[in-house]
Amino acid sequence: MKHLLDTKDLSREDALRLLDTAQEFSDVANRSVPKLPTLRGATMVNLFFEDSTRTRLSFEAAAKRLSADVMTFHVQGSSVSKGESLKDTAQTVEAMGADIIVMRHFASGAAHRLANSGWVEAAIINAGDGTHEHPTQALLDAATLRDRMVPEARGADVSGVHVAIVGDIAHSRVARSNVFLLNTLGARVTVVGPTELLPTGVEDWPVTTSHDLDAVIDEGPDAIMMLRVQKERIRGDFQPASGDYVRNYCLTTGRADRLPEHAIVMHPGPMNRGVEIASDVADSSRSVIVDQVRNGVAVRMAALFEVWGGGK
Amino acid sequence: MSDIVIKGAGVLGGKPADLAISGGVFVNPSDMAGKRKVRVLDASGLVALPGLVDLHTHLRQPGGEQAETILSGSRAAALGGFTAVHAMANTTPVADSAELVTQVWQWGVAAGYVDVRPVGAVTKGLAGEHLAPLGSMARSRPQVRVFSDDGHCVHDSALMRRALEQARGLDAVIAQHAQDPRLTEGAHMNDGALAATLGLEGWPAVAEESIIARDVLLAESVGARLHVCHVSTAGSVDVVRWAKARGIAVTAEVTPHHLLLTEDRVSSFDPLFKVNPPLRRREDTLALREAVASGVIDIIATDHAPHPSESKDCSFPEGAFGMLGLETALAVAMTTLVEPGLITVRDLARIMSTAPASIGRVGGYDTPLGLGAPAHLTLVDPTGSAGEPHGSLSRNDPYRGEELSGRVIHTFYAGTQTVDDSALVDLTERTA
Repeated sequence: MKHLLDTKDLSREDALRLLDTAQEFSDVANRSVPKLPTLRGATMVNLFFEDSTRTRLSFEAAAKRLSADVMTFHVQGSSVSKGESLKDTAQTVEAMGADIIVMRHFASGAAHRLANSGWVEAAIINAGDGTHEHPTQALLDAATLRDRMVPEARGADVSGVHVAIVGDIAHSRVARSNVFLLNTLGARVTVVGPTELLPTGVEDWPVTTSHDLDAVIDEGPDAIMMLRVQKERIRGDFQPASGDYVRNYCLTTGRADRLPEHAIVMHPGPMNRGVEIASDVADSSRSVIVDQVRNGVAVRMAALFEVWGGGK
Repeated sequence: MSDIVIKGAGVLGGKPADLAISGGVFVNPSDMAGKRKVRVLDASGLVALPGLVDLHTHLRQPGGEQAETILSGSRAAALGGFTAVHAMANTTPVADSAELVTQVWQWGVAAGYVDVRPVGAVTKGLAGEHLAPLGSMARSRPQVRVFSDDGHCVHDSALMRRALEQARGLDAVIAQHAQDPRLTEGAHMNDGALAATLGLEGWPAVAEESIIARDVLLAESVGARLHVCHVSTAGSVDVVRWAKARGIAVTAEVTPHHLLLTEDRVSSFDPLFKVNPPLRRREDTLALREAVASGVIDIIATDHAPHPSESKDCSFPEGAFGMLGLETALAVAMTTLVEPGLITVRDLARIMSTAPASIGRVGGYDTPLGLGAPAHLTLVDPTGSAGEPHGSLSRNDPYRGEELSGRVIHTFYAGTQTVDDSALVDLTERTA
């Protein structure tokens, strides 16, 4: 695998190999010296055109555990007119020795563009592009889900597991990556939200859609993933914090209590406590939010290992 | 300008015949018998079309000379078989005054490759707030007859109605870029399932269709002519068909790219395929082809929109809207319309020459290849493959790797040869 750009075109085989590799790497964290020499001599550059401390740190931790050198390039401003272009910036970091570019960009498709333009030779990992995809987030979610739901996890997919993804689907790259990956791995996905937060054409996605969170909870999903309402991306006058959204789509204690015993609650963070998820639910025993973060490092180690040629 | 006899070209797609040019006009070939210094051009196997007329061209000068100049754009036009182009007003400064449209026209005359017809802005600075001096531009030296805020929609209904009223009195036409601005804020591609999957903000068909519906009713109510730029959706075709059936004086254009390319190209995230209005679904391209065949859509117009490479060497959302068109339009039309038998070569002459000239009130095109008419002539090899565009200063050609048949071999503008054997004639040398 030369690049990791999306989950839509990620094969089942590649996805499972990433998850299995991540599972092996997760043991490294428990060692007294949590470090492998695998990527010694490789340089990973975190190229961030948009703020994201948690994703950046997660990749940094992953790279360091594999003994790669890490550089961070944080680009201020959010348009070509304000500064250097994507092409120039990428060529600059490559000239500084980048073998792997981990990129977060405000524009949908930016990682594809960089990977296919011929501007650089480096391997590209998409760390979130606009409202398009965030593949490592989906992989860490799948790893978390598989851990909890599948007893003999290694080599297995998540067939038959029912996942509800709730909230702002339209503006969420996490939702897109999860929908496509979970579908590839055999899960059943229901997306839940008000009409204006479900994307146009969602009927062509491999999902069931619903506007009724309570009805979906009554179906007894195995996992429920709450998404933040991305106020900054919404056009028009939709007010997510209004009582209406919270009343209909917040995962309250009452709703969480009606979930099946084994069901888990997920959130990609950052959370708006009290908007899409009640504080008590986020901190409850059902919540696997901290596991997600932990798995994030392992999954990113696996992604770095893959694009560095380890999978072949 | 020498006398010339063109032998054996299929005139308007018909049987091979001879054409003759003398004094810049078509003359009877028999009149050339016995004349000295007559050049004979073998055109066997070629199709003779009237010089093409583009109602929608961005030549970028003044202000965007790194993308195109009136000279480079004129050359690209000649290479594409055009003898007249309408230069859109969205330059810097905007062509919203008699002085500026006159300047544009003069640059065109100086270049000499085609008739550069300036389009005047409808509103001052294309700001959509106050009308530009339409009357002054109409009475200026280039006698502007097409007004457009292209790139922007005249979305204020009262302003649009006033513009239509004024145009009626000037025998001019308002060419509307139909795009509801509020429905397309931040939009980058056709709205729908693909946009949702790619995470790109969608440009819904209704944003075009609703403006066309409003405008045809406004045109009807004031008895004015309306021209709809770059119709891109099947729904727009329905609205225009309805308006024409009702007797409303509306004409419509389609671009070559909306006839051939679909939104699927955007999956590459390459801004080469970013254009406004956006590439639509396959169903739309088919409906547009049918609409040309049935006459609901009157003309093909290129919307030739050159951009420097830095405007396309970026992520898709950051890329500029627009693609080249002048040098490939004829081949796209032949490939999508003539080859499948939707229209004849004679129809092609109408939709790419006679009709656009009539809408823009460009004289000399009403009797194509007729005796005594200005010798605007394009000779095309219908089976030759269209070469890569090279006249334009820009390189944002969306047809790289496409098989397009229809190669312009010779172009004559008022008797002056501008393209010879698919190569540009250097007119500066000739006059020197």
